[in-house]
Amino acid sequence: MKTISAAALTETVAQLCVQANTHLPPDVVSALERARRSEPWPLARETLDLLWDNLELAEQKNLPICQDTGMACVFVELGQEVRIEGNFEEAVHEGVRRGYGEGYLRKSIVADPLRRANTGDNTPAAITLRLVPGDQCTVTVAPKGFGSENMSRLGMLKPADGVEGVKKFVVETVRLAGSNPCPPTVLGIGIGGSFDKVAALAKHALLRPLDTPHPDPFYASLEQELLEEINALGVGPQGFGGKTTCLGLAIETAPTHVAGLPVAVNVSCHVTRRATAQL
Amino acid sequence: MQYRLTTPVTREDLASLRAGDTVLLSGTVYTARDAAHQRMMDLLDRGEPLPFPADGAAVYYVGPTPERPGEVIGSAGPTTSGRMDAYSPRLLDLGLKIMIGKGKRSQAVKDAVVRNGAVYLAALGGAGALMASSVKSLEMICWEDLGCEAVRRLEVEDFPLTVILDAHGGDLYESGPAAYLETVQKASAPLR
Repeated sequence: MKTISAAALTETVAQLCVQANTHLPPDVVSALERARRSEPWPLARETLDLLWDNLELAEQKNLPICQDTGMACVFVELGQEVRIEGNFEEAVHEGVRRGYGEGYLRKSIVADPLRRANTGDNTPAAITLRLVPGDQCTVTVAPKGFGSENMSRLGMLKPADGVEGVKKFVVETVRLAGSNPCPPTVLGIGIGGSFDKVAALAKHALLRPLDTPHPDPFYASLEQELLEEINALGVGPQGFGGKTTCLGLAIETAPTHVAGLPVAVNVSCHVTRRATAQL
Repeated sequence: MQYRLTTPVTREDLASLRAGDTVLLSGTVYTARDAAHQRMMDLLDRGEPLPFPADGAAVYYVGPTPERPGEVIGSAGPTTSGRMDAYSPRLLDLGLKIMIGKGKRSQAVKDAVVRNGAVYLAALGGAGALMASSVKSLEMICWEDLGCEAVRRLEVEDFPLTVILDAHGGDLYESGPAAYLETVQKASAPLR
């Protein structure tokens, strides 16, 4: 049995909050670089160049890439042979509190959805915990901005809608979102499961690096087809028009009921952030 | 076309702007987003004055990150403007001339833009570090309890913006993608 202290978990979460908000993952940087090279429309290319300048400036000046430093979505894969010494959830919240405070990140969380008083420290974190075999604890912080989150959609399709129905739903989501989610976007797509599970699949899909296709060739080719259809919409960077509407997308699936075909699209932006560490 | 403008502006200053033009804006810009707009409406309902003079003013929908010691402002890109659609026509009718944000606006806002000879300009969404570099000073003017949503007076220099809605009914979110798709279709049309 391996023991990890709550203090170590807090420290890791705090560091990851700051790292994720100031440095984009390499796969997202590469996708943006590829898009700049392949974008044929002049205004779109200029816009992508400015987004690139922003990344460099954020790095130089130690500023968050985007002012919406997000809701702190924290994914923990906890080995069954690990014992956390102390209060697990409170340790994660404290990490968010410290990271957002010491990192000069924005506090964007309200304690109650209708009464809307700001908690002042960006807590609570949105924690997703999964038990896995082994003695490792893997922590990923994926801060999520709500300009794009608000454009996400969930549909309970009919089995008869099939692959075409799913494609139509995803492309329609991007078309309806238009300029709102700060395109070029990144999409996490969940298919199957139940009403709640499909949304969790879509959120989790945003963690997969953009240069890694789905391991199943059937879904890998569906990802490719969807990307091509979306980038034929013409929305373009910031919605000003152009080829680059979506930088990449990932599908996650789960077994579902004979009567259902749930699909969820979690929309993210060109500042799709995630940082991971192992304890 | 690129224009240089300094706030406050008049209807005449904005008349030549067209959707797709770029603007380098200097002068005073006030920040306000969801909660501040709600409070401004409450003030107007009670017959009290707004926290800043609306006439010819520019408002920026932004909630910046906290500034580090010695810095003017943190990261400061735009938030989604559509959430302010319910409030904007009333402010435009009071003389507000420039709205800065990102994303689609309602038909009621488009109509109010045309009616008042105003404009809606886009800042670069997700480019908070870049937008912050044009901000020269920041002063909190009210509702500090709102945190990132408090109203601040910014002095900006050559703030880089793109015209989305112009005073003549133009909308770049419609014309931009349409123009791109037209060239793609022409390029793929079979040669006679």
